[in-house]
Amino acid sequence: MSIELTPVLSRFWDVERSWTREVYERYDGYSALRTALRMDRDDVTQLVKDSELRGRGGAGFPTGNKWGFIPKGGDKPVYLVVNADESEPGTCKDVPLMMANPHELVEGVIIASYAIAATHAFIYVRGEVVHVIRRLHAAVAEAYAAGYLGKDILGSGYDLEVVVHAGAGAYICGEETALLDSLEGRRGQPRLRPPFPAIAGLYASPTVINNVESIASVPSILRNGAAWFTAMGTDNEDPRKRSKGMTLFSLSGHVTRPGQFEAPMGVTLRDLLDLAGGVREGHQLKFWTPGGSSTPLMTAEHLDVPLSYEGIAGAGSMLGTKALQIFDDTTCVVRAVLRWTEFYAHESCGKCTPCREGTYWLVQILRRLENGEGDEEDLEKLLDICDNILGRAFCALGDGATAPITSSLEFFRQEYIDHFEHGGCPFDPAASTLFADEGAGVKAR
Amino acid sequence: MAYEVEVRARLEVDAKEIVARYPRSRSAMLPILHLVQAEEGYVSPDGIEFCAEVLDVATAEVAAVATFYTMYKRHPNGDYTVGVCTNTLCAIMGGDQIFATLKDHLGVGHDETTDDGKVTLEHLECNAACDYAPVMMVNWEFFDNQTPESATALVDDLRAGREVRPTRGPRLCTFSEVSRVLAGFPDDLADEGPSAGPATLLGLELFRAQEASAAEPAVPAKKKTATKKASSRKTAAAVDTGGEGTSAHDAPLDTAESDRANDATPGTEETER
Repeated sequence: MSIELTPVLSRFWDVERSWTREVYERYDGYSALRTALRMDRDDVTQLVKDSELRGRGGAGFPTGNKWGFIPKGGDKPVYLVVNADESEPGTCKDVPLMMANPHELVEGVIIASYAIAATHAFIYVRGEVVHVIRRLHAAVAEAYAAGYLGKDILGSGYDLEVVVHAGAGAYICGEETALLDSLEGRRGQPRLRPPFPAIAGLYASPTVINNVESIASVPSILRNGAAWFTAMGTDNEDPRKRSKGMTLFSLSGHVTRPGQFEAPMGVTLRDLLDLAGGVREGHQLKFWTPGGSSTPLMTAEHLDVPLSYEGIAGAGSMLGTKALQIFDDTTCVVRAVLRWTEFYAHESCGKCTPCREGTYWLVQILRRLENGEGDEEDLEKLLDICDNILGRAFCALGDGATAPITSSLEFFRQEYIDHFEHGGCPFDPAASTLFADEGAGVKAR
Repeated sequence: MAYEVEVRARLEVDAKEIVARYPRSRSAMLPILHLVQAEEGYVSPDGIEFCAEVLDVATAEVAAVATFYTMYKRHPNGDYTVGVCTNTLCAIMGGDQIFATLKDHLGVGHDETTDDGKVTLEHLECNAACDYAPVMMVNWEFFDNQTPESATALVDDLRAGREVRPTRGPRLCTFSEVSRVLAGFPDDLADEGPSAGPATLLGLELFRAQEASAAEPAVPAKKKTATKKASSRKTAAAVDTGGEGTSAHDAPLDTAESDRANDATPGTEETER
């Protein structure tokens, strides 16, 4: 039985010129803004709290609570910053969302800014997606022209300026405090916390930083109510152990048909693979990431784990960005982990020693192992270095770098050993490609 | 050496506009670096000096920022930055083979430019298009589902000056033109290109098929068959990219909904028997 898909954010992405205000308004666009502006600010925040919306950018922090941390009545300006720096390997949901319907994000930005009484909002978008940036610029310009931005929005007396700010290529700027430093015109390096951004964020002023999908989910909650949102997802008496609402799951890699699936929290990879036509023909699932490369790997034994914050955490990984990267039996796990580790070493900002030095040495050891030149001692050294990074790095980049290594050693230790016993990588990289011949790679191993 | 007088005057107008967007001037740093990159095709010592003067900070501070971010070039760039994603998923799906083929074909390595000044080759980290792997970017526009053959044809077209269309994007601009957009001066191309590619729309398409079959009154509802016929993805090499606006990647997938050979109506198999 197929699962029920719930396209909300994606509901009209297939409509011609879906990125325009005209089309968005045909699908109830900006009606939520009118509703919100008639409400008390705190009631808007309360509604988002009641919906139990949690951050869709990886950490899963309750969105409404974040808004509630902004001090009331201070004399400093308040800022909203949207984290549109989508760069976590495997993650590909915010970019298509902003390309197909940037107005849903813009409406969410205005509502969220109103709720926290922000005067300025920034959409920090990675620079490497220029057409998405064009669509964002156009949407913001249309919103100004319609009176949804600027002075006295829709006669409410509320003023808001929105700036689309392009980054310049640095994964670390997805870390919220590094993003703030970058937005202030500096190298993107994380800040010590506390103070948290809600107290001292952009320009040392109270700041809320939310992911694109989190903010884009807000208009639908205003339109349909918190109960509509909480009717979707997983149940538990303890609110911290349940995940509510619909979300975008991104399937990529060795599946018959990769793509975006908007479904309730708590569906399983087995459900999603069914929709995607399964693992590509003639091959078996080997390993997968639940939410990008910084979330520990999972295997076929985890096919029925609910894709919810608590479900994936209970199985020893993290829901992350719901970026489900699927790898079949032609894939060398050592090669995969080496490449991710090279990525973390390249993107380490250099501020803290465990991450800067640790990722460098992890790469050296993994290269040796992939070339069949390592030994058992190297495997212990990898774990030792990971132990010295995890929890000791300045930010989550270092923690994330250890996830593929420790999880792959847990599930595929023998494959590392095979490399040095075989004197090299036992896999044929040609067999893993999209353009491989049918049945290629069967001879591997 | 510094900018010529009229260049400087023109850039000052733009820089002033950028600074005015922000509550504090230093936030204009990244956009102004994109602006000077648009002027010369890289962030030159002149560009750094200009940025420092406009923002009233030391040139060392500007250089420290400019060298932190990979998109800022430290030597003159070609008209087209051709990037191949070689992060794990794209690499495994064929990105490694594509990058190796292009290095060989163009005779340049990472961050090197062909002698004609047309193409600068790069390997990229994840560019948020994993459902279209292996992915290439040309001047930060998406070229989805590439192969070594399609990649070779693409760079040949670029060097020969033939028109090239991204899979999801407008007509291709030069590196300088794109850098200006990144500085926050939009061109008028937002309305070109599609809303989305087929992978982006897959879930929505299956939902519409589910709805359509649920709306069929005469036949009893049965297990959804929308995913029954799993078609293989087509690579760029395997299809003819028509060249007009949309590419062949925007053609309908062989889902039950659009594939006439596979009727998605529930119970069809039974009633025909």
